[in-house]
Amino acid sequence: MISFYRMNAVMVKEIRQLSRDRITFGMVVMLPLIQLLLFGFAINTDIRQIPIAVVDQSQSTAGRVITESVKVTQVVNVVKRFATAEEAEQAIKEGVVKAALILPSDLTQRMVQNRVLGQWVVDGSDTMISSAILALQSMPLTDFDFDIRPPTVKTFEVVLFYNPSRRSAVNIVPGLLGVILTMTMILFTSTAIVRERERGNLELLITTPIHSIELMVAKIVPYIFVGLVQVFIILGLGHFIFDVPINGSVAQILLGTLLFISASLSLGLMISTVAQTQLQAMQMTVFVLLPSILLSGFMFPYEGMPEVAQWISEVLPATHFMRLIRGVVLREADLFDLWRDTLWLAGFTVVGLFIASTRFKKTLD
Amino acid sequence: MSEFAIEAVDVVKQFGNFTAIENVTLRVPKGCIYGFLGPNGCGKSTMIRVLTGLLSPTSGQVNVLGLSIPKQAELLKLKIGYMTQQFSLYDDLSVEENMQFIGQIFGMGSKLLSQRIDEQLVTYGLDSKRKQRVEGMSGGQRQRLSLACATMHKPELLFLDEPTSAVDPENRREFWEQLFELSEQGTTILVTTHYMDEAERCHRLAVMESGVIRADGEPDMLMKQMGVNIVEVKSEQLRSLKQKLLATGAVRSAAQLGVRLRVLIYQDIIEPIQWLKTTFPELQHAEMNIARPSLEDVFVCVTGEGRQ
Repeated sequence: MISFYRMNAVMVKEIRQLSRDRITFGMVVMLPLIQLLLFGFAINTDIRQIPIAVVDQSQSTAGRVITESVKVTQVVNVVKRFATAEEAEQAIKEGVVKAALILPSDLTQRMVQNRVLGQWVVDGSDTMISSAILALQSMPLTDFDFDIRPPTVKTFEVVLFYNPSRRSAVNIVPGLLGVILTMTMILFTSTAIVRERERGNLELLITTPIHSIELMVAKIVPYIFVGLVQVFIILGLGHFIFDVPINGSVAQILLGTLLFISASLSLGLMISTVAQTQLQAMQMTVFVLLPSILLSGFMFPYEGMPEVAQWISEVLPATHFMRLIRGVVLREADLFDLWRDTLWLAGFTVVGLFIASTRFKKTLD
Repeated sequence: MSEFAIEAVDVVKQFGNFTAIENVTLRVPKGCIYGFLGPNGCGKSTMIRVLTGLLSPTSGQVNVLGLSIPKQAELLKLKIGYMTQQFSLYDDLSVEENMQFIGQIFGMGSKLLSQRIDEQLVTYGLDSKRKQRVEGMSGGQRQRLSLACATMHKPELLFLDEPTSAVDPENRREFWEQLFELSEQGTTILVTTHYMDEAERCHRLAVMESGVIRADGEPDMLMKQMGVNIVEVKSEQLRSLKQKLLATGAVRSAAQLGVRLRVLIYQDIIEPIQWLKTTFPELQHAEMNIARPSLEDVFVCVTGEGRQ
């Protein structure tokens, strides 16, 4: 017989302990706040102001006009000028500039003959920077009085839905919800049982009539509210500071987040029944947290990952939540449209709770 | 129903290659305070954990309050109170909150619970500490709180694992008063200790060493059955005398107490003082008395062998 009375006793105890643990309580609020501001402003896939060098061997008006029009794009910032290509290469090697634009001495002649005008030498190690420069490959030159190049004809017209201005924050903020919830939810519960063991409370607790499943459920319920507070902070600030549109319904967002919070909490509980010390629990949390950031689609698109990485990614609750929450918040989808992810999160919670409560033995054997 | 609250027969508990308890048979009559005396690491705590169902025995039968353990351990948990060796309540909760928590876990309704908390607070002298958090409370206060929590649901059987190891003598005396009060009300109590004076207060006693029960019975009986006479010798050069005494083979043990030497002489020797005088001429004029046996003597007598 599962007793709600006993579960309530544990919940009240957990809430009391949580509210007296100032540092943890502070983490609940400060963590989403600081990370949101940090990531919201810092993570930007829209590259601007890459430091470059210009080697203008033509010393002509055309050379100066071309340099200016490259600057006007704001993609690059000319910080050095060199006389030879060798000097520019050295500067790239030293890391002073990321790329160099080399305009040869026969520049005007090339313009007339309609040939390639110059060369970009790029430090290609960072693919985001190289693709930003690659985009300049066929940039139109409109600053001349005459058309020096025939206008290019587009093959396709592209329409961007949901984030037409291509602001990174729109994609980052809902994703950040997944990362922060993964971090705090798993961390809180992964230490939950271990802490009782370390402080010696467990031996008493297992000589009482409480059932494993009651203990497990009662341990996660208070943290669901903690998770919801964080959701409120992240989406609220994201909406007001970073102008992230909340297109989906609030009920759908809450329901989706609730599913993810429960899944993360039960994952934390599973860790808690394996770890012997709080330190071990922490290490295991990091073990889950890193792939949740790197493989969940938060930073890099899922579609670009190799198949094996996709399998790992499919196991993580964070991956499913990223799809779910981006779908709901940005694309106005609902949980039925994304039923695969909804089902996965719900299943993960149930299985996780089951595993945690069967692993948690009320004996010391 | 059996007359025993605890009946354990031939219990063995092994951890890997290490045998913590070896063929222990234990019968604890209802309503009695039963002491478990033994040095640290002798298997007292393991025995308690087997009896409460926290550890399953490698072999042997355990029957506690008519329930077969470990099979019916969950049912047993409603009927017993357990005070662990380490303080195991919550430091960051107040006295009252801890009691509430335990009471609710044992399914006490709110009306009964608040009434019971008031009662327990008075009984254990924690009235003024009601709202105080446990962190920063003294060893004695923690111990009283532990006992108050362990007896919240009026258990039939109470397990106390070295309950007084962290408290001063005055608190210990008071604590025992409370145990006798509980016993008076019909609670059976199993208490482990390594203090002799504490063991002496128990109705019955088992002396345990290296996982084996070396002796059990009422403290007085144990003292009578020791098979030695005790002579206290007041003399010079006790250290060398002790060596010589032990070498004779008629002496079970000799322990120095300040200026005296407490000598345990086997009862084969009818006149121990006379024997000492004749065997050791230097003791001709020494002051010697027959002393009343103590539990420490019992302990030394029954456990000596295992120590070597």
